[in-house]
Amino acid sequence: MNVGVRPVAIEWMAEFYRYRELFFFLVWRDVKIRYKQTLLGASWAVLQPFAMMVVFSLLFGRVANIDSEGVPYQVFSYAAMVPWTFFQYAMPLSSNSLISNSKLISKVYFPRAIIPASAALSGAVDFFIAAFILIFIMMYYHVPVQASLLLWPLFLLPLLVFTTALGMFFSSLNVKYRDIKYTIPFLVQIMMFLSPVIYGTSKLPGKYQTILQFNPMVGILDAFRAAALPTREINWPLFGLACAVSVAMFMLSAVYFYKTEREFADII
Amino acid sequence: MTKAIRIEHITKRYVIGTMKHETMLREAILKVVTLKRRRREEQAILALNDLSFDVEQGEVVGIIGRNGAGKSTLLKVLSRITYPTSGRIKVRGRVASLIEVGTGFHDELSGRENIYLNGSILGMKKKEIDARIDQIIDFAGVEKFVDTPIKRYSSGMRLRLGFAVAAHMDPDVLFVDEVLAVGDADFQKKCLTAMDELRSGGRTVLFVSHNMAAIENLCPRTVWIDAGRLRMDGPTDKVIAAYLATFSESQRTGYDLEHAPNRGGNGMIRYTRLDFLDAEGQPTHVFRSGEPFRARFHYRVNERIRDPHFGMMIHSDLGTRVCTVSTWHAAYHIPNVEPGEGELELVIDDLFLQPNRYFLSLFVDSTGQRFDYLENCIAIDVEESNAYDNQGRGLHPRWGLVYMPSRWSVSVPERKAAER
Repeated sequence: MNVGVRPVAIEWMAEFYRYRELFFFLVWRDVKIRYKQTLLGASWAVLQPFAMMVVFSLLFGRVANIDSEGVPYQVFSYAAMVPWTFFQYAMPLSSNSLISNSKLISKVYFPRAIIPASAALSGAVDFFIAAFILIFIMMYYHVPVQASLLLWPLFLLPLLVFTTALGMFFSSLNVKYRDIKYTIPFLVQIMMFLSPVIYGTSKLPGKYQTILQFNPMVGILDAFRAAALPTREINWPLFGLACAVSVAMFMLSAVYFYKTEREFADII
Repeated sequence: MTKAIRIEHITKRYVIGTMKHETMLREAILKVVTLKRRRREEQAILALNDLSFDVEQGEVVGIIGRNGAGKSTLLKVLSRITYPTSGRIKVRGRVASLIEVGTGFHDELSGRENIYLNGSILGMKKKEIDARIDQIIDFAGVEKFVDTPIKRYSSGMRLRLGFAVAAHMDPDVLFVDEVLAVGDADFQKKCLTAMDELRSGGRTVLFVSHNMAAIENLCPRTVWIDAGRLRMDGPTDKVIAAYLATFSESQRTGYDLEHAPNRGGNGMIRYTRLDFLDAEGQPTHVFRSGEPFRARFHYRVNERIRDPHFGMMIHSDLGTRVCTVSTWHAAYHIPNVEPGEGELELVIDDLFLQPNRYFLSLFVDSTGQRFDYLENCIAIDVEESNAYDNQGRGLHPRWGLVYMPSRWSVSVPERKAAER
C-alpha cells in the first residue's frame, strides 16, 4: 500500500467498496440513535409529514384553494410530503455530517465519502414508514390504491443520488467554511417553494417552467405523486431529466469531494 | 528480512494563518470581489521535515521526541488520516492504527453495539467481530453491562471497552499513540501485556510515547524525532540516554527562560528567568534529598490577567509525574495581575525526592486557559544526603522516586521465662 499518493479514481471507488461494511454500520448507527430517548420513537417519521399535510390542507387546500388534480388535497400533498420530508431531513444531515463526525476524521482513516453518503441513506427508513401510512390515508379518503405505488422504491434512487450529491458537496465545503451550516436550512426552504410540494407540477410559472424543471426535485416529486394518484400518468421525460441532472450533479460533487478530501483532517 | 514500513523523505507543511482566515466564507468572497490579493503573513510549520527510515517486518519501534516534534503527525501520515506535503511511504500488509481508544463510540448505543461500530471503524470485518465478541467482552470485563448504553459506563469501563476492541484487531502493522498513558495501573498493565502479545505474534509495531519506561519495556529500537527531523535511530537504551541528556544542563544556578524552545501557552504571561537558591538565599545548583528547595521565578505579564496559578511539575527521568506544586495547590490566591514584571519565590521545606535526575516543567494557567508552559525545561540532579537515616542507606534511586520519613514502633515476641 502506498501512503501519501493520491489514489486514482478507480482505486478511490474500490476503497469505498472495501469499506462497505463501515458504510452500513454508520447508516445503522444513524438510524438507531435517531429516536433514542424520545417519547414517540419512530412515530416521528409519520408525525412530521402528517402534521405538515394537516397544516397545508387547511392553508392551501381550503384557503388558497390549490388545484389538487382531482383527489382530496390531503392525499395530494401527503404523497409529495413523504419524499420531501426525506430530503428535508437527509440533505442537511448529510451536509453537516463531516463536521459532526470530525473526531472520526481526525483519528481514523476510511474513505471520507462514506460519511455524507451514509448520512443521506439513513433517512430512508423513515421514508418507508411514512410511505406505508400513505396507503391508509388513501383508503380513508376513498382514493383507489394504485399498483404503481410499487414504483416508489425505484423513485427513491434518484432522490438518494440527488441528496447525496448535495450532501457531499456541502459537507466538504462545510469543512472549510462553517457558513454553510447556516445556509442549508435557508436553502431547503427555498427549495420547497421551487418544488411541487404544496402545488402541482402544472402550476409551475409558465415563463420559467423550463428552467425550473432542471431542479431534479420537480421531476422526482412529480413522479412520486403521479404514481400514487389514480388521476394522472407519470411524466417519464420529466423524470428522466431529473435523473440525468441528479447523476450529473453527483459526478460533479464527487469530483469536488475527491479533490478536497485530502485536507479534511488538517482543517476540520 | 522484508521491510514492513518504508518512509521516504516525508515532509508535512502546515500553513498557519490560512486556517483561521479562510474558514469564513466572507473572507473568500471578499477576496474574489475586491480582487485584492491581500498578502497574508503566511507562517508555515514543517511538522515533518524530510524524514526517512525503514522498519523491518516484526520489529517494534519506539518513537520519542518532545511535544511538537512531529511524532503524532508522523503517525497520522502513516495511518493515512492526513497526507504528506511531499515524500512517500510504503506499508506492507494490513494496517491498524490506534490514535485514540474508543473512536466513534456513541453514548446512546449499548456496549455490544459499540463494539461492532468501533470495530468496523478500526477496519475489522463484521465476521471477525462476530468471532471475537466474547473475548472482547471478557477482556473489557463488562459482561454485566454489555447491553447497557455506554453513557451509563464509568470512564474506566469505556476505556477498557475501547482498548478491548483494539487489542483484538489482527493487523500486520500497528501504529500506537500514547493511548496507554490513561487508565489505572491495572489497566495499563493489561494494555502492555496485550502489546507484548502483538509483538511476540510477529507484528510490526510503531509506538509513540512519552513514557520512557514503556518504550524501554516494549521496543528494542527507538527513533528520536526532533523538530520534524530524524535526530537519532538505534538501540533504545542509547537513544533514550542521548535524548534525556539534552534536557540536562547542570552546574547552572540560573536559567534564562526568555528564549526557551518548545514553549506552550498563549503568551499572556511568560516566565523570563529561574534561579535556584540555597537555604541562605545564595545561588546554588546543588539539590539534596531532605534539604530545602528554593527557587525564584521571574515573569513578565504582557496582558492583564485574572486569577493565575503559578506552578511547577516534577517528572522523573522516565517521564513519570512525581508531583505538582503550584499557588493553586497551596491555596494562594492571586486575583489580578497587571502588565509588567514580577517575581515569585517557591520554598519546599524538605525535598522528599530520592537521589535521581528529575525534570521541571513550569506553567502558569488559570481555569480553562494556559498562559505559559515550559515542558521539562530544566533538569536537576538530586544528590543523596544523610537526611533520612543518618547512614545514607535509605536514599538510593532503587528505592523509588520519593522517600517518606517514617517512624516505627515494633513489638517482637519475647522468649518465655520458662524456656530460659
